[in-house]
Amino acid sequence: MNKIALIIQREYLTRVKKTSFILMTLFGPILMAALMLVPIWLGLKDKDIQIIEVIDETGQFINQFENSLTLQFDYEFKPIEEAKTAFYKEKYTSILHISNLGKQTTAQLYYKKQPGMSTISNIESTIEKGIRNIELKDKFNITKAQLDEIQPDVKVNPIALSETGGEESKNVGVSTVLGFAGAIMIYFFIFMYGIQIMRGVIEEKTSRIVEIIISSVKPFQLMMGKIIGIALVGLTQFSLWIILSMGIYTIAMAAVSSGDVVNMVNTEQMMQGEQMNEMTKAASSTDLEAQISGVLQQIPIAKLLISFLFYFLGGYLLYGAFLAAIGSAVDNEADSQQFMMPVTIPLIFSFVVAGTVMDNPDGALAFWLSIIPITSPVIMMVRIPFGVETWELLLSMALLVLGFLGATWMAAKIYRTGILMYGKKITYKELWKWLSYKG
Amino acid sequence: MTFLFTLILFNYICSMEILHVKRVYKTYAEHKALHNVSIHIDKQRIFGLLGPNGAGKTTLIRIINQITGPDKGEVFFEGEKLAPKHISQIGYLPEERGLYKKMKVGEQALYLAQLKGMSKNEAKTKLNQWFDKFEITNWWDKKVEELSKGMAQKVQFITTVLHEPKLLILDEPFSGFDPINTNLIKKEILELREKGSTIIFSTHNMESVEEICDDIALINKSRKILDGKVVDIKNEYKTNIYEITFEGNLIAFTNALWTGFELLSTEKKDNRIVAKVKGIQKDTSLNKLLATVLNDVNIIAVKEHIPTMNEIFIEKVNEVMPDDLPEEMER
Repeated sequence: MNKIALIIQREYLTRVKKTSFILMTLFGPILMAALMLVPIWLGLKDKDIQIIEVIDETGQFINQFENSLTLQFDYEFKPIEEAKTAFYKEKYTSILHISNLGKQTTAQLYYKKQPGMSTISNIESTIEKGIRNIELKDKFNITKAQLDEIQPDVKVNPIALSETGGEESKNVGVSTVLGFAGAIMIYFFIFMYGIQIMRGVIEEKTSRIVEIIISSVKPFQLMMGKIIGIALVGLTQFSLWIILSMGIYTIAMAAVSSGDVVNMVNTEQMMQGEQMNEMTKAASSTDLEAQISGVLQQIPIAKLLISFLFYFLGGYLLYGAFLAAIGSAVDNEADSQQFMMPVTIPLIFSFVVAGTVMDNPDGALAFWLSIIPITSPVIMMVRIPFGVETWELLLSMALLVLGFLGATWMAAKIYRTGILMYGKKITYKELWKWLSYKG
Repeated sequence: MTFLFTLILFNYICSMEILHVKRVYKTYAEHKALHNVSIHIDKQRIFGLLGPNGAGKTTLIRIINQITGPDKGEVFFEGEKLAPKHISQIGYLPEERGLYKKMKVGEQALYLAQLKGMSKNEAKTKLNQWFDKFEITNWWDKKVEELSKGMAQKVQFITTVLHEPKLLILDEPFSGFDPINTNLIKKEILELREKGSTIIFSTHNMESVEEICDDIALINKSRKILDGKVVDIKNEYKTNIYEITFEGNLIAFTNALWTGFELLSTEKKDNRIVAKVKGIQKDTSLNKLLATVLNDVNIIAVKEHIPTMNEIFIEKVNEVMPDDLPEEMER
């Protein structure tokens, strides 16, 4: 058998057989689901109904506050001191005491348990709305019904008009979520598996098996075998995760009645921001699915998946080569810190600016960062759901290929010298020297 | 064509040489690792590669293993220029050695054998034979981290010799072994030579050199400073000093020595005298000494004082070396 294939096989099998890999693969999707669902569940659970006792000395706010799902207003006519004394005997969660009227209305909220920020702001906006309604009626004689009548309901529908006249409408919300998900996944995958390469190289060095192996194969073969083997581990884990997630999804769908699922989707999307909220509100339960699939059809799924695989592999190979070189240059993991910094900074940087890129997916920053190989894997994944010109994508991919070829060439030179070097504190100057060594 | 082939074949069969390192230079940045080093190694010999730490032994070994290449000079394996195809015919046990700690013994041995170009089945059969021989069959499924250092060394030795290399390079092979296992390995090395292997044995343990090496090369400060057959070298470095124990008159003994030998020291033990004498003439020998004094004293015992390899080693290494020998001085 080809020697590099043997190395790939060993690197792959030893990792896939590890208990940690099996556990991570099995419980990864469950963990992910839990990570996403638990906050939502907790959020829902936390939303107890607040019953607020309103003591209004001005008399202006009687029956003016609108009850909502979580807020309920009861109006009492008694002195505030009396209400306070009776507070712990009553059902009320808090007392709202309004003492004077005007734009600078001050109100006290007495509570038993500290209300959350959202409750307070909810109450604030309710009071503000109430005052506004009262003022409108008092000063301009406009009722709330009249106001609602003229309330505009505007929705901007972004439509891409291409040179050939084709129209394509895009949902910014979904693009944002997809772009962000892709970026996060690329970022974590590169880190997770890149570090594994480094660990593997250090392990071979500290266990001193490396000299035995490179008396049988070329250092380059050992390095590439390791990088490719671990990439396959990553792909295996990724595809198992997808299969398992789909399995879990199907089971969940079958287990829960369809209505409940839609409810769940509803609440989930409420969390995801105004846009989605609006969308779900507008849609009745039945045509919600149709709408989602409509949105998904606008997103180039195949393009997204292929690009994801390409940028994952490309980015992984690029950073993997650097991390292999670092692993070869140090004696233990603690020493690797100083060299890790310059390698991880571009990756973290691209992750940090992903938000800015999303705000302006066709700007100069977005363009350049998605072309430069060290940042392109993360940034291009952010941009693709918003639509990227083909030539930009091809240029970026070509540069990424060149980038990892260059990185591998450099890494191989450092690696070759580094793996046989023990007990020496390596400096950047030293690494530079290794690059110039011959055979 | 046939003629050429026959010629090559003839050449190959007749050639006793397995390895020829020819004027090799290697420099790392500012550090000179090897300077004009040449060595010849004949087949079925145990060749001792000696030298103090940092002399350049490991660099030379790495060049032979094609882990690194020489800056200048050439290496020939059985008359051919050293190439990647020779890797499967060389076995290497580095000084700094280890195995994958988390991997099982058998799995790991199979992997290393396959990397040397053996097929999986072939490797399995051979491994079983070796494991039987070393009585370690029950180790197959143990992880390396569960083995003691000596046990791991045994496994390591097996993986080095498993593919029956023509040339075996052992760098300090006895480090980490207890005396019993040292003897076991020593026996295996001698047996491998009988079966046709050539062994390069790098060490600074001089006792083992005298015991098993046929030839040696001594490297110091990146240069080869001495090489040849162990017997020849010892002859060359012999001091012509003899120790003779006799009964009789010391004056008669001294007179008998006369022009041929010089009396260095005497020591009286009961009624016997132990004398150290040194031959002055070039063709001096133990026989001549016996002939000289035979008629005058009653000889009890006599032996030639031969320098140990250790003494030769220290003497050569401590010699002040001229900084730059002209290259022609070495072959």
